[in-house]
Amino acid sequence: MWFFSDEDRMLQQSVRQMAKADLAPRIEALDHEEGFNREAFRKMGELGLLGIIVPEADGGSGLGAVAATIAMEEMGAVDASTTLSYLAHLILCVNQIAKNGSSEQKSRYLPRLISGEWLGGMGMSEPEAGSDALGMKTRAVLKGDHYVLNGTKTWITNGPVGDVFYCYAKTGEGRKDVSTFIVDRGMKGFSTGKKFSKMGMRASPTGELVFDQCEVPVANRVGAEGASVSMLMRNLDLERVTIAGISLGVARAAIETATRYAKERKQFGKPIGAFQQIQERLAEASAWYEACRALTYSAAKMWDEGLLAGREASMSAARAKLQSAQMATQVCLDAIQILGGYGYTREFPVERYMRDAKLMEIGAGTNEVLRIIIAKQMLGEAADAGKPF
Amino acid sequence: MSFQNTPMQQEVRELARRFAQKELLPFVEQDERDERFRPELIGRLGELGLTGVPVPEEYGGAGMGYQEYIAVIEELAAVNTGYAISVAVTGLAQMCLTLFGSEEQKRKYIPRLASGQGIGAFALSEASSGSDAGSLRTTARLDGDHYVVNGTKLWITQGDLAETIILMARTGGPGPKGVSAFILEKGTPGFRTGKREKKMGWNTSHTYELVFENARIPAANLIGKEGDGFKVALRALDNGRITIGAAALGISRAALEVAVNHAKEREQFGKPISEFQGVSFMLADMATQLDAARLMVQRAAALKDEKLPFSTEAAMAKVFATDSAMKITTDAVQILGGSGYTQDFPVERYMREAKVMQIVEGTNQIQRLVIGRALTQK
Repeated sequence: MWFFSDEDRMLQQSVRQMAKADLAPRIEALDHEEGFNREAFRKMGELGLLGIIVPEADGGSGLGAVAATIAMEEMGAVDASTTLSYLAHLILCVNQIAKNGSSEQKSRYLPRLISGEWLGGMGMSEPEAGSDALGMKTRAVLKGDHYVLNGTKTWITNGPVGDVFYCYAKTGEGRKDVSTFIVDRGMKGFSTGKKFSKMGMRASPTGELVFDQCEVPVANRVGAEGASVSMLMRNLDLERVTIAGISLGVARAAIETATRYAKERKQFGKPIGAFQQIQERLAEASAWYEACRALTYSAAKMWDEGLLAGREASMSAARAKLQSAQMATQVCLDAIQILGGYGYTREFPVERYMRDAKLMEIGAGTNEVLRIIIAKQMLGEAADAGKPF
Repeated sequence: MSFQNTPMQQEVRELARRFAQKELLPFVEQDERDERFRPELIGRLGELGLTGVPVPEEYGGAGMGYQEYIAVIEELAAVNTGYAISVAVTGLAQMCLTLFGSEEQKRKYIPRLASGQGIGAFALSEASSGSDAGSLRTTARLDGDHYVVNGTKLWITQGDLAETIILMARTGGPGPKGVSAFILEKGTPGFRTGKREKKMGWNTSHTYELVFENARIPAANLIGKEGDGFKVALRALDNGRITIGAAALGISRAALEVAVNHAKEREQFGKPISEFQGVSFMLADMATQLDAARLMVQRAAALKDEKLPFSTEAAMAKVFATDSAMKITTDAVQILGGSGYTQDFPVERYMREAKVMQIVEGTNQIQRLVIGRALTQK
């Protein structure tokens, strides 16, 4: 983007090199076997990527949403799975502890999360509470010097492999009586349940978190009891801006592969790029990608400059994420089509790109929820014909 | 064209549906993961008369029409596309022989395929000739009473399992007019299968490379005369497009059913998600597209059964039914959300399978070329 600083451009180059060296060689096999590139996180730690948006005072790199989005796009263009795990670690866990944690919590967790020794995740969604996140049923009850948690979280990125989870639970009867707890692997009554087999993002382990009379020390509660909703929502906005970066990366990779193929592949005595059906798809893909790129980095830049107040931040983030996710899926489908029979085989990466891209229309707020967020801001009370939105 | 199924169509559809539920459903998810096809099930389909539906009875077929045939394909595809396309591809081989084979060739090869005792394949594509099939490079040179074949075919569905393969190879000069069609038997010296393709989906179906190194095919196995091959292939593909459209209907229908059930049962914000317009309008569009696709596929089949021109209509049906299947299955994943993305539900598989339907039997780009030419070159 035209407004990237020299520092942003250097970051872009170093992430690109890391992705090429540490992600590219392994992703095909890991995708097939549903494995996980844990080693890449130590590498990211060395490069300072795991604390990229954490203030320097807390041991981070002190950069912002633009930098995080650059990292997402560059890694996403090579290996969206590991990038998704990175997002869950960085945005959903590390950033939240840095933003909302006490100084004890920060000194206990951040150094090892930022170095890559520990892997983080977040626990919000539940079997009965997906889009309706505040309908969560996991409960935390205070008993002396600890809380007792009961419930199950699902679709948790890094669930099967994480060490530290930033978890939400109800501490009262109301929809907004949500509190936050840092839960460590190994705590009594905590286990990671089943692992999901997925269509794509297969090298990013997804699983359940199970709390069965799980005892969490009061010292692991983040912020005041029942005061987590605004922190949760604000962070979802940042998650949406940065995950749009993954969509951008996947789409860019698909467009590059399809363009190269359209130049090289000859049928009827000429490159298939000479046919207008192919030209149309490539041109539309390029235009939509650039539009999404502008939308996403502009939202990230405004976030960093403090130009986005609460509701406008939600709108901008939702617009960027909604469009980028839809764009990526369509662009990847078209890339397969341009590669034809080859595109459908695993010899070319575009079929993986497509399987990965689809997730971005579901995770971090489905398309449907994002449309509601945008429309509600536009329509105000008129959008509230039915409860409980 | 009637909007009601005839009793015969209904009966065939029920037969295929029961078979799919009983014989295919129990294995489909595991076999998809293991990339396994069970050839013995084709024998079972044959016993039910479902492997040669549109083939004349005198050659061991059921002697019915394409309207019955598409019902069978749709029902199989609604459960496991691997078997639907297997039947369609064996059907393609039978269609080539029925339309262009000599009486002797028909009697020798069709009955085993029509009865499900043997599996058929169709070998046209090559690494450098996909959409541009007329530029194929595999050669067949007459040497006494045999043709000597050299070259490599790509993306051949069930090329490893087939006992009878319709092979297109070049006997003459460049371009479509130099292509001839042959009947290739499994076990022919100099013919072997090459690598197996790893695919995005549709993994119960085997996809193979076929390799010819001085393979010797008897001259008696030439279909028609030298130079007829491209005509044979195109006519066969006209028919094949109807069956791919039918398979797309099956996948779409299955996806819509899962999505509707989920939308009714899944509650968020205190009510079923079907009560949100964002979801119910998506379902409405899915059902509308499926219905339109069904009518187009049925029309193409009816025209064929009435021996009227159907080529353009078949191309339109293939494009619309498969593009719709892509949209419908993608939206089904979306309606199921996180669950839809996992392999605990079948919709992500449907989505992966829908994609290949836009590519096989002439990519949708080629279909548009066919339709566009028909419009402007009359």
